[in-house]
Amino acid sequence: MENKELKRPSLEATIDKKIKRRTFISFASFFALSGLGLGAWKWLYNSPEEISGITAGAHKPLRDALNTSEQVFKQVYSNTHLVKTYPKSMAATDVRVNGDIGLTDETFRVQDWQLEVEKEAGKLLTISMEQLKKLPKTEIIYSFKCIEGWDQIQHWGGLRFSDFIQHFNLESQSKKAYVGMQTPDEQYYVGIDRESALHPQTILAYEMNGHPIPVENGAPLRLIIPVKYGVKNLKRIGKITFSDTRPRDFWAEQGYDYYSGL
Amino acid sequence: MKVIKEKHSFLMRWTHWVNFPVLTVMIWSGLLIYWANDVYTITIFDYTLIHFFPQWFYDVFAIPQRLAEGMAFHFLFMWFFMLNGALYLLYTIFSGSWKQLLPNRHSFAEAWQVVLYDLHLRKTAPLQGKYNAAQRIAYTAIIVMGIGSAVTGLAIYKPVQLNWLTWLCGGYHLARIEHFGLTIGYVLFFVIHLAQVIRAGWNNFRAVIAGFEVVDQPNVTTPANPATDENLLPHVSHE
Repeated sequence: MENKELKRPSLEATIDKKIKRRTFISFASFFALSGLGLGAWKWLYNSPEEISGITAGAHKPLRDALNTSEQVFKQVYSNTHLVKTYPKSMAATDVRVNGDIGLTDETFRVQDWQLEVEKEAGKLLTISMEQLKKLPKTEIIYSFKCIEGWDQIQHWGGLRFSDFIQHFNLESQSKKAYVGMQTPDEQYYVGIDRESALHPQTILAYEMNGHPIPVENGAPLRLIIPVKYGVKNLKRIGKITFSDTRPRDFWAEQGYDYYSGL
Repeated sequence: MKVIKEKHSFLMRWTHWVNFPVLTVMIWSGLLIYWANDVYTITIFDYTLIHFFPQWFYDVFAIPQRLAEGMAFHFLFMWFFMLNGALYLLYTIFSGSWKQLLPNRHSFAEAWQVVLYDLHLRKTAPLQGKYNAAQRIAYTAIIVMGIGSAVTGLAIYKPVQLNWLTWLCGGYHLARIEHFGLTIGYVLFFVIHLAQVIRAGWNNFRAVIAGFEVVDQPNVTTPANPATDENLLPHVSHE
């Protein structure tokens, strides 16, 4: 008993010392790690922009992350994953128009329009609306999704892009990794990965709500690609190209994800 | 007699403090994205009580015109958020610490008593283990919310490839509203959490960094049975 009485103060002092030591080590580690974390954040936030090329306008590490995420989510991509469709009665009559880039050329005449397809460098195939309309018509009523966050149920009609490829003997071209499209004035342009372009619900549309597409919605022919955000749904297609590297893409040059797949 | 009592494991502390800044970046980048289509309001009988968000709020946090940047940050930090969350979940499941965390059949009745006690309307707090009943409910809820954010986020991010998730969330519109609502929930949780941490004091706060608490045990020399006693100490501190 006497022994214990003697030990007490020293035991308490030992515990106090231990408490102080552990508290100090833990807080020092905590602040050191917090500092590292804050440093990492500052590095990322102030990291330089990527070198302007096919993509531009994003911090370099963030662009790498977007491209990596693309690779991850391509693993779950399948052309058997279809976009939900709706009855015709649900389609919007007042179809939202969100931009007119590539549509501002006042000399453009819908009746003079022809579609150009670059079969290989310098070799153009020209296709008229009459030729396109001979192909089976596909209609789709689905929820068009804008990258801004809104969506709208819309009704489009045209020909499947995969039918188009087959009918105009573009199979060898379509084996390339990307399809590029641009407006006649070359002011708006998109690049689409092959798989998404050949998705069974991807169409070259010439009708909206059962009528020819109005000018502001992309007359006379536009891309409707439900597996992508609206930004990839190019209006007033002038030319289609095929390539193994990414074609130019208007919004990917403004810091947006190149893939933009849904 | 002071005694060191282990409270929070290293992994719990690690994931807690990683989650805090990661979630902050997710909320901030989420605001940059939400701004581009900021349609949510709380409206009763045509009278809009709150519009998410007023212009001053956007201005204070420099939100406008940064959609692309917001998406780029959001889609990088989502990986950190999900990996950190998965690490925490796996740890909590396999270490058995879920037993101290999940509400039990008494928790819902007891939580009310805890609230009354916290509001100084009741003199004593119910007996508790590591967490009191209100904490069990709140902390379990926040984990479920975290899973919810990942699920609703994926449902908006890949509504075609992961359309079963979108369906599970009740469709694209609902998924976006849920994703937004959960974020508001985090902010409310944070406010209460912070207030409780401040109220609970230093010993409690230190435990989330150093892992241990200091408790008074008068009869340390008698061989008590810590396994049973430890879980029933009447704590008055809780964050």
